[in-house]
Amino acid sequence: MIQGDLTIILPEIVLAVYAMAALIGAVYTTRDGLAPALTWVTAGLMAALAVWTATGDGATRSAFGGMFVDDGFARFAKVAILLGGASVLVMSQDYMTRRGMLKFEYPVLVALATVGMMMMVSAGDLMALYMGLELQSLSLYVIAAFRRDSVRSTEAGLKYFVLGALSSGLLLYGASLVYGYAGTTSFAGIIQTAKEGEVSLGLLFGLVFLISGMTFKVSAVPFHMWTPDVYEGAPTPVTAFFATAPKFAAMGMLARVLFDAFGGIAGDWGQVIALLSLLSMFLGAVAGIGQRDIKRLMAYSSIAHMGYALMGLAAGTAFGVQAMLVYMAIYVAMNVGTFAFILMMEKDGQPVTDIRALNLYARREPGRAMAMLILLFSLAGVPPLLGFFGKFYVLRAAYEGGLAWLAIAGVLASVIGAFYYLRIVYYMYFGEEGQEIETSRSPVLWAFLMGSAAVMILGIVNMFGVEGAAGAAAMVLVN
Amino acid sequence: MDNLLSIVTFIPALAAVILAIFLRGEDEAAQRNAKWVALVATTVTFLVSIAIYTQFDPSDTGFQFVEEGEWLLGLKYKMGVDGISILFVLLTTFIMPLTILASWEVTHRVKEYMIAFLLLETLMLGVFMALDLVLFYLFFEGGLIPMFLIIGIWGGKDRIYASFKFFLYTFIGSVLMLVAIVAMYADAGTTDIPTLLSHEFPSESFSVLGLRIIGGMQTLLWLAFFASFAVKMPMWPFHTWLPDAHVQAPTAGSVVLAAILLKMGGYGFLRFSLPMFPVGSEVLGVLVLWLSAIAIVYTSLVALVQEDMKKLIAYSSVAHMGFVTMGIFTVTQQGVDGAIFQMLSHGFISSALFLIVGVVYDRMHTREIAAYGGLVNRMPVYAMVFMLFTMANVGLPGTSGFVGEFLTLVGIFQVNTWVAAVATSGVIFSAAYALWLYRRVVFGDLIKESLKSIRDMTARERLIFAPLIVMTLLLGVYPSLVTDIIAPSTEALVQQYDKALAAAEAASQIAAN
Repeated sequence: MIQGDLTIILPEIVLAVYAMAALIGAVYTTRDGLAPALTWVTAGLMAALAVWTATGDGATRSAFGGMFVDDGFARFAKVAILLGGASVLVMSQDYMTRRGMLKFEYPVLVALATVGMMMMVSAGDLMALYMGLELQSLSLYVIAAFRRDSVRSTEAGLKYFVLGALSSGLLLYGASLVYGYAGTTSFAGIIQTAKEGEVSLGLLFGLVFLISGMTFKVSAVPFHMWTPDVYEGAPTPVTAFFATAPKFAAMGMLARVLFDAFGGIAGDWGQVIALLSLLSMFLGAVAGIGQRDIKRLMAYSSIAHMGYALMGLAAGTAFGVQAMLVYMAIYVAMNVGTFAFILMMEKDGQPVTDIRALNLYARREPGRAMAMLILLFSLAGVPPLLGFFGKFYVLRAAYEGGLAWLAIAGVLASVIGAFYYLRIVYYMYFGEEGQEIETSRSPVLWAFLMGSAAVMILGIVNMFGVEGAAGAAAMVLVN
Repeated sequence: MDNLLSIVTFIPALAAVILAIFLRGEDEAAQRNAKWVALVATTVTFLVSIAIYTQFDPSDTGFQFVEEGEWLLGLKYKMGVDGISILFVLLTTFIMPLTILASWEVTHRVKEYMIAFLLLETLMLGVFMALDLVLFYLFFEGGLIPMFLIIGIWGGKDRIYASFKFFLYTFIGSVLMLVAIVAMYADAGTTDIPTLLSHEFPSESFSVLGLRIIGGMQTLLWLAFFASFAVKMPMWPFHTWLPDAHVQAPTAGSVVLAAILLKMGGYGFLRFSLPMFPVGSEVLGVLVLWLSAIAIVYTSLVALVQEDMKKLIAYSSVAHMGFVTMGIFTVTQQGVDGAIFQMLSHGFISSALFLIVGVVYDRMHTREIAAYGGLVNRMPVYAMVFMLFTMANVGLPGTSGFVGEFLTLVGIFQVNTWVAAVATSGVIFSAAYALWLYRRVVFGDLIKESLKSIRDMTARERLIFAPLIVMTLLLGVYPSLVTDIIAPSTEALVQQYDKALAAAEAASQIAAN
């Protein structure tokens, strides 16, 4: 029995054991001397695990008495998380090494966070979910404060930790309420109790607390306050990591709880999610306008994007989940490219994050500017780029789920949001002569930027098969 | 050739990709190469598009040269042309080589300039050929990106303001259309345009928040599409982005904007609003008629007081587009024919007028009317060409401008005499501002010192104007060149509209009893 369980959870075990072995190995040998190699090896392992997960059979299996579920949905999310994490690791290596920031703990912590995220999307029980969530969060708190000598970075880490602890508290309180009223923490048990029309008030309260705790991790409004500060304060590679894999994992976890445990009362949580979606879209769009720091701007951009992804969930249908997954996959692909660009911005070897520093960037670096232009228009959701298709999916899901008002609000917010993406284009292309910034010559970053921009254009042909995979994943979750 | 339309659409994009990847450097040779690649690509596109014209069968009212392929999300990659769209395709391919020629003196970031124009051509052609709603939207919206850059990078002094206004204004109109597209997809289960043309969208009235909506869903969909097309057209009072965009855009950008981008709105009304939402059009058509009449009179008066030549022509464009929307929403054979004719003719005349401004702007670097006067003394050829297009803009018989205005006025007279009366008075105002502009710029004594050494048009400039002059006169004396092609399709459109309306009325009668 236990052997069978272990085979199901093998990818997680491999990564966890690897992380611990790497930790011990590095401590007893050269310490930070190994760090660059370790980063590449970790990224390689994560990419290999992604391939392994993607090519496995499509069966639904559960382990440890339903605590851990390995189904199509989990596998889709895991592939995205692993690939997103691996990309960011590879992108960080050059940036951090040159600034003497790369310690051997970094790849180890990223690997552990990834194990936590894989747990989150595979959880079949509130306990397992919390374990995964905390493993991920604790690793993230540490890497947010990774630049120990920087006030901003430690402040970011502390803020994230305190607010994260609060959200964990909310989540745990919700979980205990749910346990009290449903009599079980397993999703399979909760869904028996939470049925339309006969759901108890206590269970609803528990659900609301659960949603609050989880949407904190997605940084949906009104639980978004930590995002801009943490994005700005954390070292840029860490910000890039925050913006990609953990967002996908949190969204996957949210979908898993909502459908696996509370699928019977979609009408109840649908309104809550719709409201969070609305607030996130508008706040993300409006608050981003005044930002001068590109990392803060990306924080608000990600808040708005989470609003759109939540729109898919709010529909409460299989198509809605598919739309959410497609949206998140596109979002991760866009953000990897955008952060590759941000990582390249520097002056005299120091990172630069002021948007105004990009004045007339297009004249000096036409190729990179063009790639960034494509990514920005894609982030804004302007056709014919891939970002538009993400929007089209969630709009369709929302409309068909009876949320036409949310769809209309969403497109209006996207017009407001388009302004700040255009502003970056403005600096790059129409700006005036001014301070010049240099560009890091790292070929890795260049490759990620160009690759991501190419995906935004070529992806509109067939989305590289993500559409079908997301559809299959959504069917598994909802039915 | 089965995929003629795709070939025509993507030749410019291919040339843009070649420029982006293979052309290096900013020296003179590279600039020259960029210009030649663009010129050859647009010319080849035009020549290939003639094949569409020669093989087109006007008596067939359906879509021709149809290509179809599977795409994402149950959408389709589907292209085709009918009598309504084919001439817009030709207009686009015809104008583009001229705009490239008109940009021959550009020296600032030439490679990117040419890439932007080539991509813009692909996107514009796609708009007129797309037979899938989402594909249409893709091309329709995609055009914003290159145009935003064209205004923002190569524009005049206030280019930043103009480019942002252009982008956000048009974007907000279009996203509402996107929601309508999603709604139509949900209702009809397909985004295939030929299927949607015969699909009946629900038109039962209902109430939202105590507001009774006559025509129900059709009216709402109509309004969403209207938001997009009215901004694009642009119709009064949604036109305010246009004068800014026109004034700040480089000459070639103004030409494309006036000749082709504005026509997308009119094309949209004809392709979507009328045939797909007949009840909605019936409910709100009168509103459009009056808005058009106001546009014709009001913007003509505004044009009278302009001090900037380009702004004057921009306002005159809004007035002329007023005739187009008016013609379309009369839903009579003459009105619709006239609207299409007016759009094509305006495509030639307005581009010529913007080029005329460009000619003196290149020499004097000002567009202020007061800075000119007496140009006829030094520029006789220029004065001749200017005269011809001024007359065409006024709508003098013998030029293409007359036919369009006349047909739309015939159409509106059958439907609404009051609107017809107001609109006709606009014709007089248009004569006033056009002739007055001409007098102030061309006639009089050449007293300004700076103008004493101005040169007449060069051979390249004459070459650009020649095809436009030919087309304006040819369509003026031989309008059946256009009407023979469009008439079967417009006739079918009008008949289908009447039939659908009658059916909807009968249905509501039954429901009422």
